[in-house]
Amino acid sequence: MDIPKDRFYTKTHEWALPEGDTVLVGITDYAQDALGDVVYVELPEVGRRVEKGEAVAVVESVKTASDIYAPVAGEVVEVNAALEKTPELINQDPYGEGWIFRLRPLDMGHLDDLLDAAGYQEVLESEA
Amino acid sequence: MDYTPHTEEEIQAMLQRVGAGSLEDLYRHLPQEVLNPQISLPEPLPEWAVLEELKRLAANNKPAFKAFLGGGIRSHHTPPVVQALASRGEFLTAYTPYQPEVSQGVLQAIFEYQTMVAELAGLEVANASMYDGATALAEGVLLALRETGRMRVVVSQGVHPEYREVLQSYLDAVGAELRTWPLREGRTPLGEIPEGTGAVVAQNPNYLGALEDLAPLAEAAHRAGALFVVVADPLSLGVLEPPGAYGADIAVGDGQTLGLPMGFGGPHFGYLATKKAFVRQLPGRLVSETVDVEGRRGYILTLQAREQYIRRAKAKSNITTNAQLTALMGAMYLAALGPEGLKEVALKGVAMAHRLWELLLEIPGVAPFTPKPFFNEFVLRLPRDPQAVRKALAARGFHAATPVPREYGENLALFAATELHREEDLMALAEAMREVLA
Amino acid sequence: MNYPTIFERSRHGRRGLRLVQEVPEATRYIPEGFLRKEPPRLPQVDELTLVRHYTGLSRRQVGVDTTFYPLGSCTMKYNPKLHEEAVRLFADLHPYQDPRTAQGALELMWQLGEYLKALTGMDAITLEPAAGAHGELTGILIIRAYHQDRGEGKERRVVLVPDSAHGSNPATASMAGYEVREVPSGPDGEVDLEALKRELGPHVAAIMLTNPNTLGLFERRILEIARLSKEAGVQLYYDGANLNAIMGWARPGDMGFDVVHLNLHKTFTVPHGGGGPGSGPVGVKAHLAPYLPVPTVERGEEGFHLNFDLPKSIGRVRSFYGNFLALVRAWAYIRTLGLEGLKKAAALSVLNARYLKELLKERGYRIPYDGPCMHEFVAQPPAGFRTLDLAKGLLELGFHPPTVYFPLIVKEALMVEPTETESKETLEAFAEALGELLQKPKEWLEGAPYTTPVRRLDEVRANKQPKLTYFDEG
Repeated sequence: MDIPKDRFYTKTHEWALPEGDTVLVGITDYAQDALGDVVYVELPEVGRRVEKGEAVAVVESVKTASDIYAPVAGEVVEVNAALEKTPELINQDPYGEGWIFRLRPLDMGHLDDLLDAAGYQEVLESEA
Repeated sequence: MDYTPHTEEEIQAMLQRVGAGSLEDLYRHLPQEVLNPQISLPEPLPEWAVLEELKRLAANNKPAFKAFLGGGIRSHHTPPVVQALASRGEFLTAYTPYQPEVSQGVLQAIFEYQTMVAELAGLEVANASMYDGATALAEGVLLALRETGRMRVVVSQGVHPEYREVLQSYLDAVGAELRTWPLREGRTPLGEIPEGTGAVVAQNPNYLGALEDLAPLAEAAHRAGALFVVVADPLSLGVLEPPGAYGADIAVGDGQTLGLPMGFGGPHFGYLATKKAFVRQLPGRLVSETVDVEGRRGYILTLQAREQYIRRAKAKSNITTNAQLTALMGAMYLAALGPEGLKEVALKGVAMAHRLWELLLEIPGVAPFTPKPFFNEFVLRLPRDPQAVRKALAARGFHAATPVPREYGENLALFAATELHREEDLMALAEAMREVLA
Repeated sequence: MNYPTIFERSRHGRRGLRLVQEVPEATRYIPEGFLRKEPPRLPQVDELTLVRHYTGLSRRQVGVDTTFYPLGSCTMKYNPKLHEEAVRLFADLHPYQDPRTAQGALELMWQLGEYLKALTGMDAITLEPAAGAHGELTGILIIRAYHQDRGEGKERRVVLVPDSAHGSNPATASMAGYEVREVPSGPDGEVDLEALKRELGPHVAAIMLTNPNTLGLFERRILEIARLSKEAGVQLYYDGANLNAIMGWARPGDMGFDVVHLNLHKTFTVPHGGGGPGSGPVGVKAHLAPYLPVPTVERGEEGFHLNFDLPKSIGRVRSFYGNFLALVRAWAYIRTLGLEGLKKAAALSVLNARYLKELLKERGYRIPYDGPCMHEFVAQPPAGFRTLDLAKGLLELGFHPPTVYFPLIVKEALMVEPTETESKETLEAFAEALGELLQKPKEWLEGAPYTTPVRRLDEVRANKQPKLTYFDEG
């Protein structure tokens, strides 16, 4: 499983990539593989304020639906509208075109509480 | 008689295989305190005796074939062809079509049902069925609240009182507010829609049987940012403008009038139709066409992530078992009659109801209550308590004069006519009414 | 080749049933503005075409009448033909006819209520809910009304469900405005008592349990669970989906449950109808009786009547009095079997499940929670096999698969409920088939089924571009 080293991770299989004073959020390669073909993504409203761990979006495959949690507290400033028409981007390019929403964290320092690539790798190994 | 195939030898062999000495042994690990309670039930009966006892009970009923009672449930003809086809074991004894490869019969029948309901309602989609008209209304309104993110509902008093009671129970559960608009001269007045209203609900023909011009109410609802929900008898939609044509976002109703046995109130089915844009908020099952690996057309349950077995606490509804077989009967009925046949049945009821209205109004003391134009049901004001009138008519062999709740007024009774009534049936009822009210 | 839709069989101007001889003129009664401008695009077929269409569809469908159907938690037992004749005796009753002219129907309802109270150990009952999940909603609303009445409604905001629960339990609790918390199962597959203790408290309104649970295991610590909930002022809810295993042998009421819903379409053999209609009566202990939905059926000096006068009632949950014709079937079933017959049916449902479990173990299937199972059990295929493929392989071999991928706590779950009406040789043939599938090449399994009316369907397409009606352009 691909786990890029340039970003942070959660135990619930989200990734968070800092970009300026915002972070891009998506789901990991492992998560998209476990879900199977993504058929629908329920995106949050721009402007919504969220707590860390709050369910912000929903990713649906044929047989299941998964909540996507905010990795840190903040405000949703952008959503990936391309997913409305082409949800399969999450399967095709989970770390790039398949990003889900952009947060402006209350405090960028909170990202340090998240896992790094090695830490996430350990989570996956413990789940296997 | 218990319908089990096991011989005594087989039971012994199986017990041995599972390491148990007796059937009692299978329950040995249950707490002793609860095992083998004293239960008093009647002795078992052979098949003929069960039927005999049922016939005894049935003989204590006066069947209401050709009833003049209304309230959304009416005596209609159940075509034997529908009974026969729906009784086929493959339809009767299947469950939810989770394995589509061996469930194309039910799945395609649902797909066709969804199509027919959407056509009748003048909307784009329908789900596979709800329990009844009342719960279809409650779920339709909850859909509107999810879609709008609001928690206030306005309902016309023209909606069937039992439907409004069920709606109240469902809205109480989620903490939404229900406001009732009283009828004015038998119709829904156009009023100010309160801020924060997510759903506006009316019925057409309304509970009193009157036809309503609901387009202005639909516009008002939309201006207020609410969705417009219409309760409509599916039989009436063979003749009347469909709810979708005058601005309904959601249409619901009870399918009994499509030739289903009244069955003392159930089972029937509820239909729920809406726009495709709201499909992700729909409760219950939904079937889509697709293709198999060889490119053949097939049908499958879709958007299942809305449902409880996947989404659990976040499902759109808890509904699981619905009313599939009765909905299938409704679809068979629509196919058996076609657009012309359906229109004819509906119009015959309309004509007979108007004739009955004339005949009953000739009786001294009887006054009109439902304003014209009405459809196949109407309300009259009687000179006496309608409960007593219904009872006296029943003693003369007529099922008529459904007592209307007091909220609509004193001494009101509902009457209905259908394709089953002949002129002489109406005359006989009028004669009996004259005697009863004399 | 595609099986035609009824719309493709339609020909403009063709007629089937004609029920009206002289057709009235619409505008004589209804102003033009109210009339439909375009007729609905309903099929136009003759009666024989109709019969061929639906008969053909029925041949593309399996049911209990055609096929072994061991769908776990659904109790797909034989549906006696007697019951289909029985309901015809009650078809022509209108819910608003004078109750004095429906005494037989009301007596039947009252009697059935008494039987079900006796079988569950409950004090009062409603027959109004239309299905199991509807019964759940009714039961939880009753509990809510009870807590509110005692002034604890605001505080008790949580409903506890085990992680093995049916999805309808948490969905129901949400519909009733509750927050849902899951209680983990212990290593033996039963509720983890210590975890439950940690969750219990004055914020909890109810615990919803299925017993035997969805693993097919009887919750042996149920009396302790009941004691703990009682001490915490929590109402104990019994999901009756699995009552078939214990009917007559043990009663939820004696175990300490306050509310129970039954699935008459499971335990009491009302046919499932391709998904419904069912019936979900709710029994309650005396302290909850004032909150039952209206109307209740009661026996008085002048016969049977409907009682609408329950000031503390939660109101109505359905129009009229429930799925009455389903009640007739359940009544006939209970009167045919009697207590001894019901007990024997229950015991044989357990024996069939245990026997089949042994046969599957013998063929290499794993039983993750291998306690003494009741009427159903949960198995896993040997390593390297996918449950989905085995289910599709079963279709090819002429069996309906068990419930798959449920309960969620077991990976690759196969939840098998054979029911008591299946013979020893059917169980053996089924086990043989499941064994045979393990010998099949991987490619064969992944391609199965082959000879069914359609093969595996494109589910992704159905979700991404759903076509929901014949006229839907997608």
